[in-house]
Amino acid sequence: MALIINEEQQMLKESTKEFLDLKSPISSMRKLRDNNFQTYNKELWMEMVEMGWTALTIPEKYNGLNFGYVGLGQVLEEMGRKLTISPIISTVLMSTTLISLSKNEILKSNLFKEIMNGTKLSTVAHDEGVHHNPEILNSLISKEGDFFILNGKKNFVIDGSISDYLIVTANNESGSNVLICVIDSKSTGVEYNNKVHMDSRTYSDITFNNVKIKNDNFLSFEGDGKLILEKTLDITRIGLAAEMLGNIQEAFEITVNYLKEREQFGVKIGSFQALQHRCALMFGEIELCKSIVLKALQAIDSNDSSLSKYSSLAKAKLGSILQLVSNEAVQMHGGIGVTDDADIGFFLKRARVVQSMLGDSNFHLDKLAKIKNY
Amino acid sequence: METKVNTDLTNFRMETRKWLEDNCPLSMREPTKDPSQLYWGGRNGEFSSDDQKLWFERMLEKKWIVPYWKVKYGGGGLSKEKNNILNQEMGRLGCRKPHYNFGISMLGPAMLKFASEEQKLNYLPDIVQGKIRWCQGYSEPNAGSDLANLQTKAEDKGDYFLVTGSKVWTSYAEKADWIFCLVRTDSSSSKHTGISFLLIDMASEGVSTRPIKLISGKSPFCETFFDSVKVPKANLVGTLNDGWTIAKYLLTHERQMIGGIGETDKKLHISDEAINVMSKNNGILSDTILRSKISEFEMNEEIFDLTIRRTMDEEKSGNNSGAASSFFKYYGTELNIQREELRLKINGFSSTEWNSKASENGKQARYFCRTKGNSIEGGTHEVQLNIIAKRILGLPTK
Repeated sequence: MALIINEEQQMLKESTKEFLDLKSPISSMRKLRDNNFQTYNKELWMEMVEMGWTALTIPEKYNGLNFGYVGLGQVLEEMGRKLTISPIISTVLMSTTLISLSKNEILKSNLFKEIMNGTKLSTVAHDEGVHHNPEILNSLISKEGDFFILNGKKNFVIDGSISDYLIVTANNESGSNVLICVIDSKSTGVEYNNKVHMDSRTYSDITFNNVKIKNDNFLSFEGDGKLILEKTLDITRIGLAAEMLGNIQEAFEITVNYLKEREQFGVKIGSFQALQHRCALMFGEIELCKSIVLKALQAIDSNDSSLSKYSSLAKAKLGSILQLVSNEAVQMHGGIGVTDDADIGFFLKRARVVQSMLGDSNFHLDKLAKIKNY
Repeated sequence: METKVNTDLTNFRMETRKWLEDNCPLSMREPTKDPSQLYWGGRNGEFSSDDQKLWFERMLEKKWIVPYWKVKYGGGGLSKEKNNILNQEMGRLGCRKPHYNFGISMLGPAMLKFASEEQKLNYLPDIVQGKIRWCQGYSEPNAGSDLANLQTKAEDKGDYFLVTGSKVWTSYAEKADWIFCLVRTDSSSSKHTGISFLLIDMASEGVSTRPIKLISGKSPFCETFFDSVKVPKANLVGTLNDGWTIAKYLLTHERQMIGGIGETDKKLHISDEAINVMSKNNGILSDTILRSKISEFEMNEEIFDLTIRRTMDEEKSGNNSGAASSFFKYYGTELNIQREELRLKINGFSSTEWNSKASENGKQARYFCRTKGNSIEGGTHEVQLNIIAKRILGLPTK
């Protein structure tokens, strides 16, 4: 497959940009923050639903658009440019991906329907430590009569406070399988500790105390839970990398433009070689970022057997370059860069949160070394 | 119509695959370890093995030495699409390029764009057939990064130019048959005008070379001296005093070549080398700090290769890619330098051996030293960054 986006994907990218320019400039993210960290803008979300964004990756069989992940990647990249706050990562990128891998057809078509028409939001609760680590899993699902019972504690659940459904991972009683169930977020025994993070978005630590799960509310089936979870994580990392690519490009462009305007010592500061060379280096790194993000998105759509490798390459590379660019962007703005009036600081604050989400660069470099057996 | 084109390309791919499998000797599918394993042609050119000779002759007969040049210039006349397929299929098998020559990678593209038809017919077929080995005369003792400051003079003497001056860093000048040169034909105008592009036979009276010994102990470069050398007027390529245009165009090709664009030769993974040489603990390299550096390096190496592919795919589809040759030159050479730094750490004491049988006379150590020139030759790292900052990012000069 050629490493370029096709005409349809290009059109989606352009219409997304047009829509977000109008409806979700960076100032609207600032507004949500200033409104006591409002979790998201519901009207904006319903417009995104109307644009079909919740149906992008859902197969036609379930009335989805089946547009693929390269398409969703273009939307996420543009949202990354605007730092748009919305439930798209929790509900679309993470939840629909996981649901689509399930063999529970009835649950699947019901959930897809409610997600697509925008009536329900969903998220995945999987992390349990202070670092992303899928190997730490202490939550437990045990059988009790006709029901199953969930006990455990999850950390850093994206959009946990606004989701209608929680998709939860847990061990079975013997510890031999990962089980994945869907529960109503208002179920008895679910307790929330909502926390606003540096990026002005709300994440939840959630405790489950003897929460009842019905028999037909499992998305895992006959021990496929671990595989479903791993693939969901790989795909979500790639989607996050696409968003990060948008963050990186926008922060870089804003900065280069600033260097062309700001004057000191009677000249534009962009004429200083000390700044020019750092910009040139970032330009090159961004070219690399574009390549791996597109390759990884294509790997999802083509069911590439090296998906896991491309996923880690993307998250590792984008993590380290987002760190570089977000730091340089603030530094090159000088004093104005550390004021709340300037937007550039928002990129830094989103960067550090999304960098650690589903594994930072170190996590993925380690994973890449393990894939190659060293 | 479109399906017909696609079938044609699919057939070409299948035929190419089969032909390469049948005709490329197995030893020509091994990764190359140093430039001496490549065939450079020329009046005194020698093959380093029978397989290398066979491979060159078969590819020559197939017209695939320079597959994308027109048939009348000795090429194979392949379309862009077919040439790409051939490259991909050669890459798939790991086939080496049958012939390396600065005439193919640098002079050829410039001649195709700027030379007269007569010159093209005169010079290009000899390059393809490996008869003439070319070298490049650009830099001078006082014209390095500031190339346009060159002073080698070519005086108009009626029916010939009289060339006097010296060039430096001419790669393999002592082995080359001809040199393509930048010379000053008008010293009254500004630096960038008054430069011309001249072809000179190294066998001419008054041409001499002296090797430059590098920190690697080897001498891939020479100084080349011109002492009142008579050069026929017919050897001028392009317009008199407009050689800088050709020079800039050619430098782009040089950068791409050094940066590794279009290379099909496979390289060894340094992680495989580490697995063979270093101790492990629970399946993980005991030196965990080096392990993470190797992982980061191989990440960048793989993504850089993807970026070359993406750029080629974008050009094929008619989009001008943002990534410029300056970036490829910078990043490709930087990776090469980092690679050798890591290989020293991987191989430990044995990597710094210089004069010993076991090390094949310091093969690794000398190559390590050689890579330090990669960020200087063909335009320093700093010059490449200047070009990106000004031409691509449009950063101001004041």
